[in-house]
Amino acid sequence: MTAPPSSTDASPETIAVFGGVYNNYLSLQAVIDDARAQGAQRIYCLGDIGGFGPHPDRSVPILQREGVLTMQGNYDHSIGNELEDCACGYTDPRDNHFAQISYDYTLGHTSDAHKAWLRDLPTEFRLEFGGHRLLMAHGSPRRVNEFLWASTTPRPFIRRLLDEHEADLLLVTHTGIHWSRFLEEEPTRGVVNVGAIGRPANDGRTEVWYALLTAPERPGLPIDVTFRPIAYDHARLAADMRAEALPEEFVETILTGWWTTCLEILPIKERSRSRY
Amino acid sequence: MTAQPLPPPDDTDQPVSLGGDTPQPGPVLPFAALDTLWLQITGTICNIACRHCFITCGPKNDSHPMMDEEHVLETLREAYDRGVREYYFTGGEPFMHPKILPIIEATLAQGPLTILTNGILITDTLAARLAEIAQASEYSLDVRVSIDGTTPEENDPIRGKNTFHRILAGAQALHRGGINPVFTVTTVHARLAESEGRAEFLALLRELGFTRPRLKMIPPFKLGREVRRGGGYDAAEYLVEGDLMDGEEHVLQCGSCRMVTAKGVYPCPILIEEEGARMGDTLADALKPIRLDQRACYTCHVEGFTCST
Repeated sequence: MTAPPSSTDASPETIAVFGGVYNNYLSLQAVIDDARAQGAQRIYCLGDIGGFGPHPDRSVPILQREGVLTMQGNYDHSIGNELEDCACGYTDPRDNHFAQISYDYTLGHTSDAHKAWLRDLPTEFRLEFGGHRLLMAHGSPRRVNEFLWASTTPRPFIRRLLDEHEADLLLVTHTGIHWSRFLEEEPTRGVVNVGAIGRPANDGRTEVWYALLTAPERPGLPIDVTFRPIAYDHARLAADMRAEALPEEFVETILTGWWTTCLEILPIKERSRSRY
Repeated sequence: MTAQPLPPPDDTDQPVSLGGDTPQPGPVLPFAALDTLWLQITGTICNIACRHCFITCGPKNDSHPMMDEEHVLETLREAYDRGVREYYFTGGEPFMHPKILPIIEATLAQGPLTILTNGILITDTLAARLAEIAQASEYSLDVRVSIDGTTPEENDPIRGKNTFHRILAGAQALHRGGINPVFTVTTVHARLAESEGRAEFLALLRELGFTRPRLKMIPPFKLGREVRRGGGYDAAEYLVEGDLMDGEEHVLQCGSCRMVTAKGVYPCPILIEEEGARMGDTLADALKPIRLDQRACYTCHVEGFTCST
């Protein structure tokens, strides 16, 4: 399902794009505040509102109130349709064990009204931006739960995805780690994985990351993409998580910036930079 | 890279039979896209002759010869132009190839690579060089080391005398060099397929110093030398139309991969010795739907198995 963004500006010059809220209502508000301070005229969320963090019913009202153009991720599809699991695409038993704890908690604490909202979200956004064709998807334009990692998404494959989906710049999330790569022969075309704002990027920092895009001064020049680290009250989030009896492994990630779960899905290059 | 226009994929959507002997037509698997390219880099030539090898590799089997370097590079160029996402090398034993290191470097310049090996030829020097090559690439290099038990008594009758210790020595050299291998275990010993067997394996690897042990279990395919060891497929083990589940083309790797050997192009790594499974001389011949009419297709379907790491 594709829906045109509900525009607040016919031709924005600056947009903010984030993904993976994972119930982190505190970082969500902090990111939106920063995006507005940076002059973002539209703010996009590429999905996965639930999972991992506490109080699932606190994030959806923020997205609605702030007019964030929100897309459905695999998590939102599962919660919206009350499926049995998140369909995250993990293959390791330990990864799946922790994913199921998050999922059961989120499903059990999401109101019917929010489930209906999640169920009906669009699954793709397209936008002309500074003369470039932007395509936003959750995992990839091919599959909602396809992982596009930096070390396993080579340029020839990026070029094919862009050609097949008639886009110049592809924006995705789903992996939780931000990165970008542009084609050598066509440097205005590429992929930006905006990462996640719900938990740190497995980099030993407690901040979360989103992408700020600025249109070029004239067509033909590349879009400026800046990843912004955002600090928020992570100690409060950790306290909330403990109060909700969420796994201590999740709390450790919030407090240290290192992933303790969902590690087996990481490609070897990304895994080699991990603490665990 | 080449600017030559690529030969188009076959424009008919007629599914290609894999030439199996199933009594009814197999289900048709659509071809989604060429995401994964396998290269049978050393053909069927191997330094050991495992009793469960589904393509009967060994020191004397050149049924599929080694691919020469130029053929590999030419295939890589075509793969680049076709937008392939990832590469796998297998054999035989890939590290028997005299040009393996430049071939690895050329591949990692254009995408992530996984090499399947028995580990026996991996020394500290080779491991250090591999780690250096891996470090220099922006893409991932994975090495999969095959072993078939937690003791010599389990492994050696399958993979050959003294192989247990030699395999582990190669894997430890990789780990010392900075490459954490994936251990692949064919579940010829049924207990290893269970969760306790898996836990036992992980415990052994931790004890040996692998701080983040990685494990992939592989069901035996009842082909090649395995037929003599464990028996072939039963009469009822085949797929028919209607067997595939929605979205199974994303689970079965043959929905998005092809295998290139010195002798042609095949749907997957399992079927290169099966008469009729050869799809043509070039990738363009092989980018089309297939009819899963080989007995081995049954294993991938019922086990939910993928050859990917």
